[in-house]
Amino acid sequence: MSLIHEIDYGTPASTSEEAVTLTIDGFEVTVPVGTSLMRAAAEAGIQVPKLCATDMVKSFGSCRLCLVEIEGRRGTPASCTTPVAPDMVVHTQTPRLKEIRRGVMELYISDHPLDCLTCAANGDCELQDMAGEVGLRDVRYGYDGANHVKARDNGEANPRYRPKDESNPYFTFDPSKCIVCSRCVRACEEVQGTFALTIEGRGFGSVVAAGQDEAFLASECVSCGACVQACPTATLQEKSVIDNGLPEHARVTTCAYCGVGCSFKAEMRGEELIRMVPYKDGKANRGHSCVKGRFAYGYANHKDRILNPMIREKITDPWREVSWEEALAHTASEFRRIQHQYGRSALGGITSSRCTNEETFIVQKLVRAGFGNNNVDTCARVCHSPTGYGLKTTFGTSAGTQDFDSVEKTDVVILIGANPTDGHPVFASRLKKRLREGAKLIVIDPRRIDLVRSPHIEASYHLPLKPGSNVAILTALAHVVVTEGLFDEAFIRERCDWDEFQDWATFVSDPRNSPEEVEKISGVPAAAIRGAARLYATGGNGAVYYGLGVTEHSQGSTTVMAIANLAMATGNLGRPGVGVNPLRGQNNVQGSCDMGSFPHELPGYRHISDEATRDIFEKLWNVTLDDEPGLRIPNMLDAAVDGSFRGIYIQGEDILQSDPDTKHVAAGLAAMECVVVHDLFLNETANYAHVFLPGSTFLEKDGTFTNAERRINRVRRVMAPKNGYADWEVTQLLANALGCGWNYTHPREIMAEIAATTPSFAGVTYELLEKEGSVQWPCNDKAPTGTPVMHVGGFQRGKGKFVVTEYVATDEKTGPRFPLLLTTGRILTQYNVGAQTRRTANTVWHEEDRLEIHPHDAEQRGIKDGDWVRLASRSGETSLKARITDRVAPGVVYTTFHHPGTQANVITTDFSDWATNCPEYKVTAVQVALSNGPSDWQQEYEEQARQARRIAPAMEAAE
Amino acid sequence: MTAQSGAADVAVRATAIVDANAALEGPLLPILHDLQDEFGCVPEEAVPVIANRLNLSRAEVHGVVSFYPDFHHSPSGRHVLKVCRAEACQSMGGEKIADRVRSALGIDWHETTPDGAVTLEPVYCLGLCSCAPAAMLDGEVTGRLDETRLAPLLDEARR
Repeated sequence: MSLIHEIDYGTPASTSEEAVTLTIDGFEVTVPVGTSLMRAAAEAGIQVPKLCATDMVKSFGSCRLCLVEIEGRRGTPASCTTPVAPDMVVHTQTPRLKEIRRGVMELYISDHPLDCLTCAANGDCELQDMAGEVGLRDVRYGYDGANHVKARDNGEANPRYRPKDESNPYFTFDPSKCIVCSRCVRACEEVQGTFALTIEGRGFGSVVAAGQDEAFLASECVSCGACVQACPTATLQEKSVIDNGLPEHARVTTCAYCGVGCSFKAEMRGEELIRMVPYKDGKANRGHSCVKGRFAYGYANHKDRILNPMIREKITDPWREVSWEEALAHTASEFRRIQHQYGRSALGGITSSRCTNEETFIVQKLVRAGFGNNNVDTCARVCHSPTGYGLKTTFGTSAGTQDFDSVEKTDVVILIGANPTDGHPVFASRLKKRLREGAKLIVIDPRRIDLVRSPHIEASYHLPLKPGSNVAILTALAHVVVTEGLFDEAFIRERCDWDEFQDWATFVSDPRNSPEEVEKISGVPAAAIRGAARLYATGGNGAVYYGLGVTEHSQGSTTVMAIANLAMATGNLGRPGVGVNPLRGQNNVQGSCDMGSFPHELPGYRHISDEATRDIFEKLWNVTLDDEPGLRIPNMLDAAVDGSFRGIYIQGEDILQSDPDTKHVAAGLAAMECVVVHDLFLNETANYAHVFLPGSTFLEKDGTFTNAERRINRVRRVMAPKNGYADWEVTQLLANALGCGWNYTHPREIMAEIAATTPSFAGVTYELLEKEGSVQWPCNDKAPTGTPVMHVGGFQRGKGKFVVTEYVATDEKTGPRFPLLLTTGRILTQYNVGAQTRRTANTVWHEEDRLEIHPHDAEQRGIKDGDWVRLASRSGETSLKARITDRVAPGVVYTTFHHPGTQANVITTDFSDWATNCPEYKVTAVQVALSNGPSDWQQEYEEQARQARRIAPAMEAAE
Repeated sequence: MTAQSGAADVAVRATAIVDANAALEGPLLPILHDLQDEFGCVPEEAVPVIANRLNLSRAEVHGVVSFYPDFHHSPSGRHVLKVCRAEACQSMGGEKIADRVRSALGIDWHETTPDGAVTLEPVYCLGLCSCAPAAMLDGEVTGRLDETRLAPLLDEARR
């Protein structure tokens, strides 16, 4: 193994389909029109010396190192800014060019420290490489003149010198090493789209500055790492490299945070992870990253991580560390006892959206084949289960229709109930890039998210609807499309059921669904609804991207179907640039759903009652499967309280913190006799556990994750599991302790079983993934390398189905006691329940959850910014600090749920989606009042958690 | 006036200036000129206001402001004396004139006399090479500078 060196072509690829042939250094090269000479040379294997060019940003032409000579043309043009032309004859190395390049390098080096041996970039520095390539032997100018290098010159402070900025927890900025190539500034603008950096001053006085010449941490910088990646010197350098030295080998793997599924090179030295560098060939991220995937991996080594199995009799006892054998034997005997005593259905399991497809597959296999029931569920229950239901009903497939590259061809984007700059940052950067190229944006969100307006981006329409009125708004958009004749009749007649369309059209055309009527429900001006509908229907390729603001409602499934209706009615399906795109929350939430994690579905979304499907698994597994759907998470908890459900195996999910109505979850868990938590940390759920099985991180195992675009990405083990076993091995050990007799030796064998049983995965093998990098399911005989865009030429289910989407207001209503609506979301630097990100330096950006409240509502209650407030709903109450902002409308408050101390889910109710039980997180009627600090419940909870996490000291000579 | 109310005042006046120019094509430079006329400088507090109104980042506005030596973050003296230090003036003894000015005013480049009377700035070419060495006081140029022509200029600047 060695480091993975990706070729830097110097300038981005041209998308032209027309080709040009020219000669470079005697070789004939054929490239697309618009390619730079530099890139054409690189494609022929010739690297022209360069400093300011890199293929992640557009050419700039400032370093004057990449000059070439062209026969028949005067001068020495820069190869990065000169496009190819037919029959050009180019020379990249001539006596004249050598002379010029050396002269340029002399000037650079005359204002650069000569500390290469002790520099963090030693061996990974393009300036050093170029000095070598141009044969720099001498700097005639010396080092005594004006410079940015020395803190003091001739005993006096050097006004040009600027000290190192170490404010960012993950990288440093050392201006003394800067060559002002402005690659960082351009990466921040073109790749990330934040525009946090600039070149300050002019001429020799030019320096890179963050914000208005402030510390990186104080500026708009979001710590995505694009500038660090772009920097050719040690000016912007990862602190992990400064501390540990350069990595020596690397493997490509997939980020374990959000559903974008970015590919990274995990760069290692021995078994130590030195840095994560986004992989250019990663088809989801195309070489970009965010602060979480790039930097926030320190949790893997955090002191809180549990590495030994533990058991205890009662949840009030301290934990006792035991061997794997003892823990597994104990669990197996408890599980057997429970089934013997209370019946087969008294056990269940929860699969994890954080674990691999292979791990999820065998957890559901353990439940169905080992426990002999279908009591398996997954955290997608609480996020995207309505997506699965809604898209399956309308299109025939429980997944998004596009790949992420599709956004590059989109003309109008409807973004609804999603906040990509925080939740899916790499997709947000790709979307912003497209918006800067001229695509239009419609934001439907109660909150003024960053994409509504931020540098160089402005939504054409922001519809700040009242939480809970999604269906009404979408039906009103459809009303405009139908009544103004903006629908695509040819598309509908060809691909959808025309009769169903007519029924639907009659329904949406009803005056009660007009924008003017819906304005009364949603608070959104009718004119804005009409304008947005016209733009989406007539603006070219229209794509809808949505998140949990759509699904986590009592009408979540209805909203998904309303989106599908709108896309079908406007013909926006079945080609690049359009489609319906759920932004999946977790790294493998798509995969965990695909793998049969729901109680009613076997892998591939096939109903458990389907005999033919059951037969496939029964033959292979040599068992008889229960043909009745099992219990969903909320039903398991209800059954536990009732006494019929007694034991559970929870892999990698913290239901106590992430599921609604915390007190009910706690009561359910407390009622069980054997709760087995398999996780990295003693999470909140583990406070109610009897067995703790330590988990492994994504760096410690092989497998696959499936991202929001159905892309199956490889996860590759770069270090041995610190806890001893990868998670799939732990599940197998548990299964075998129960007598299942499994013998998988590698996850590829589990994938082979998935492929053999699941049609949409039929063609997936580890060999194929190795060859292609990744594939998007369905991957089978019809699509041997996967399916980037679905429903091309026709829908998976046959004819697209229009579903009438009657708006039914949620039962959760505001009133005199609870006059405000609470909605919840995420913040960039924290992830989900925060188990990982809270254990990294990301806490410098977000150390606690805050309640966002409009100045008007705050003033009425006498609340000032930073005050402790009591947040109460019909379910419960908690306390947190207020942040006063007009991002939220009057009457709406907003918070995140990253910190267990906040206990936001004590507040949320147990209302849920009518079809899938997905909880209604996004609407809770609340009251807010000043308070003195944490509530009684928070204090009690804190104490209970502290008690529950005690670990008894290890006994001497336990062997 | 407290610092906070000062900043708020700057924001209000800056907003008015930005709004008055926002419809122009390429409004940033006219805005910066108007701010400089209003405040005698481009106050740092105005940068976020401009950035927000024009939908730019603070860094971008800062990059433009800092690019032009004529835009300052704090007000200059009552007079601004710019002495040319470009090649033509240097060849005609401009550096000696410049040294003379610095010692006579007791300040260095970019500094303002303690009484706030005059700020001394270098300039690189006033387009007056045929009459080098040259200088400019409050927008009015003087050529063929020597001791005799310099004295009244300095007197005026000190006023």
